[in-house]
Amino acid sequence: MAQAVIDPGVTKKRRSVRSIYPTWFYLPAGLLYVVLFAIPTFASFYFAFTRWSLQDVEFTGMQNFITFFSEPQLRTGFINTFIYGFVTSGFKVVLGLALALLLTSQLIARGYLRSVVFFPVLVSAIGVGITFKVLMDPFDGLINSSLATLGITGPAWLTDPQWALFSVALIDVWKGVGIATLIYIAGLAAIPTEYYEAAKVDGAGGWKNFRHITLPLVRPATATVVLLSLIGGLRSFDLIWATTRGGPGFTSDVIASVIYKQYQAGFYGLSTAGNVVLFIVVTAIVIPVSYLLNRREVER
Amino acid sequence: MRRRAKIRSVVVGTIAILLSVIVFIVPFAFIFLMAGKTPAEASLFGFSLPTEWALWENITEVLTIRNGLVVRAFINSTVITVLSVTLMVIFAAMVGYVLQRRRSRWNPTVNFLVLAGLIVPPAVVPTIWVMQALGIFKTIPGMIFIQATFGLSFCVLLFRAFVSTIPKELDEAATIDGAGPLRVFFGVVAPLLRPAMVTVVVVQAVNVFNDFTGPLYFLPGDENATVQLTLYNFQSQTLNQWNLLFTDILLITIPPLVMYIFFNRQIVAGMTSGAVKG
Repeated sequence: MAQAVIDPGVTKKRRSVRSIYPTWFYLPAGLLYVVLFAIPTFASFYFAFTRWSLQDVEFTGMQNFITFFSEPQLRTGFINTFIYGFVTSGFKVVLGLALALLLTSQLIARGYLRSVVFFPVLVSAIGVGITFKVLMDPFDGLINSSLATLGITGPAWLTDPQWALFSVALIDVWKGVGIATLIYIAGLAAIPTEYYEAAKVDGAGGWKNFRHITLPLVRPATATVVLLSLIGGLRSFDLIWATTRGGPGFTSDVIASVIYKQYQAGFYGLSTAGNVVLFIVVTAIVIPVSYLLNRREVER
Repeated sequence: MRRRAKIRSVVVGTIAILLSVIVFIVPFAFIFLMAGKTPAEASLFGFSLPTEWALWENITEVLTIRNGLVVRAFINSTVITVLSVTLMVIFAAMVGYVLQRRRSRWNPTVNFLVLAGLIVPPAVVPTIWVMQALGIFKTIPGMIFIQATFGLSFCVLLFRAFVSTIPKELDEAATIDGAGPLRVFFGVVAPLLRPAMVTVVVVQAVNVFNDFTGPLYFLPGDENATVQLTLYNFQSQTLNQWNLLFTDILLITIPPLVMYIFFNRQIVAGMTSGAVKG
């Protein structure tokens, strides 16, 4: 500032830059962000260490976290979060890439296929959840009655403790694979055809093309799919709540559903501790994965 | 050779169509068939044509249940969607514009906060605590602000990328002509952002309209129910009325589907943005 007073020329130049792109343009968004997102996030790091009824706060140290990891049902939720996140994003990567390869090849009815794969993305999680709850009904559901006509006894899906979490993950993949496919289609379209032509000259065929051209060059798309589905999968709540509510027992609970259950039961401190655990889980997985995926890309 | 490729395209295409019908069309057809059945028939869960179509009766019944709860929910959801998306678009475009145009020491911080907003799961109870202190918990305005806040990061990223395609000379020329920053932004830059805006509007409108977790936490109760909450509440209350439940699913899926039919390309652009650049 002092310098600006001495040299009026600089002031004028600076001011003009300032006035075209004013910092206060950040204000409206910043206000919402700070009040409804940043403050609650910071506050959660305090309330997670308390017994809290929204009116009264009592500091209890690590008690909530000890409870969180000592009660078997809460620990199940913790482990399930990882399983759910990795299973869904793994399936989405593999199926998304396979579908994208299929839908960018010479094929009849390509437009129809592309839209139909994307349709489930538009239905709300709760609508999809209810629909599949009926389709996966162990006795009358369409899936098991179709399997029965083929002579296969299907599992009890959402009501079988062994299958519940995996069933919800399957529904999640069904609903979300459309986005992964679209991202891969965009990624595949960005690969210059010259590479394939050169490979043809060199006599490389299908698998070699895929392994040495397609796979390395769709890496940005893979990074996007993996990160998006990990962020979504680790935080997933609505589909699980719409289908199993964490049941049977606690077998399909994840951290996000534990947070809701504790909130409903009025254990606000414990619920917030769950939020902090989820925060740590998500950042501890997503940040290294994103670093890894992006670093390799640069090295190449 | 050509001929073989063509045969292959037909054969693989036919198999793909058959599989797509089983995996994707059947569940959608199932929703529609269930919505057309009588309560007794719907409770059998069969994949069959209704012996007696009751679709219209079911729709009128769903719309009149509990003094038109679903109609009110549709109004609430529409209000929340329209207003929160409006806020998101304007606020995020302003941030994306300045963030892309101006190099300042704030940039790394702002970029970090935007990414944090994308990754960090919202802390539920502390958010309710803040909303109670402001008197906006369980209110429609509160829900609008929440949806706008949670959607900001995605929109900022999209706008920041898009602003870089608009030549900087335009803003400078307008400034030399004497336009203030607000005129430059809303008069010159914002109209050029239109393609990105359409994408943001469509993608976020579908997101907000379909959101269930947000209203469940921040807008509980029947008086301000949103469409997704009606579905959830019916599920717990009208256990034997599967036909009505599926009619409700059918009704609330129509707006996003219509959006998709009209803005198919913009939705695709929004969902895939970043896939190429990483």
